[in-house]
Amino acid sequence: MADFNVTEKVDITDVVCPITFVKAKAVIEELETGDILEILLNDGEPVQNVPRSLKDEGHKILKLDDNGNGTYTLYVEKGEE
Amino acid sequence: MAIDYAALKKGGFMRQKQKNHFSLRLQVVGGALTAENLKKIAEVAEKYGEGYVHLTSRQGVEIPFIKFDDIEQVRSELADGGCRPGVCGPRVRTVTACQGNAVCPSGNIDSYDIAKKLDERYFGQELPHKFKFGVTGCQNNCLKAEENDVGIKGAEIVSWVQDKCINCGVCVKVCRQGAISPNDGIITLDEDKCNYCGRCVKSCPTDAWLGESAYILSFGGTFGNTISKGDEFLPPVTNEEQLFRVTDAAIKFFGDYAKSGERFKFTIDRVGADKLLEVLKEAYYHNG
Ligand code: SF4
Ligand code: SF4
Ligand code: SF4
Repeated sequence: MADFNVTEKVDITDVVCPITFVKAKAVIEELETGDILEILLNDGEPVQNVPRSLKDEGHKILKLDDNGNGTYTLYVEKGEE
Repeated sequence: MAIDYAALKKGGFMRQKQKNHFSLRLQVVGGALTAENLKKIAEVAEKYGEGYVHLTSRQGVEIPFIKFDDIEQVRSELADGGCRPGVCGPRVRTVTACQGNAVCPSGNIDSYDIAKKLDERYFGQELPHKFKFGVTGCQNNCLKAEENDVGIKGAEIVSWVQDKCINCGVCVKVCRQGAISPNDGIITLDEDKCNYCGRCVKSCPTDAWLGESAYILSFGGTFGNTISKGDEFLPPVTNEEQLFRVTDAAIKFFGDYAKSGERFKFTIDRVGADKLLEVLKEAYYHNG
């Protein structure tokens, strides 16, 4: 498992695209620049699209871990406002 | 006075089943119309047509129910609004395009810009039969490149830069072709599987994938009475100059070999794909 100082966690495995990104975005917006968000997401569309959408919003992707059960854990550092 | 239907058709006026009525096709490049164009089109449709327009399957606009006697007036009023009549018949047709990388985050090329350049180069050019170009920005293929006589699809030729990679694993997941395999911090790209979609480049958080934009061309697509998907004869084209050399060669081949009323696909089938390939290769590799 990655070793990051996680500030906040969010599980987006209970929603489908495009709500996945919206849910993650809502959480990350509450954080301060430099904080780290841990996101639990499903394989398929979410893992293909959510990291890229977060990057496009100016956040920094740190790591994507395969949990081996059809889910992934993504670590994202909040970018500048 | 006898009506010269061929001349009218060339000028975008399509004869309707209703006597003395024409559906006027306008020239639209890459699906873009300005607000000024639209206002004028609306005005003309109300004044001379029946107050509606028809959007064609190839991003065109037609104003139906224009009366024969109004044709000149309609032409000049539309010109005031910056609208030009389109063409029908045996010539280079409307060039279609998606919004490309000027607007769309997935885009690998500026589709609209390429469409405008193709239009300037070829629009209306007389040929043995109709000839269609379509430009789509990436593998998502919103513009259905392969249904055109020549289709152009935006591509990204990618390479991995080890120094920049933080091994986050995102690219491995976004690659739908399974072309990327990670192994102990080293990433290998299977070039046979890569379809140049560029998703790795766009998703990598550290710009550890470099992409060189390119064009994948397809030839001989047709989606009317016969349905056939255009074939890729060449490796991706890597610059505009090379692109136009190849499209020039394709059009010339069609002009030289096609029988009147024969679509590009059938010319290729009849004359031989190897013959076309020869011509295309010469244009592709020629660098003088
Ligand atoms: S083909 Fe690609 S670039 Fe063009 S609109 Fe679709 S997704 Fe965007
Ligand atoms: S360009 Fe597309 S297919 Fe090729 S390696 Fe990148 S993501 Fe995979
Ligand atoms: S997305 Fe970029 S940083 Fe992450 S593993 Fe792929 S090349 Fe490395």
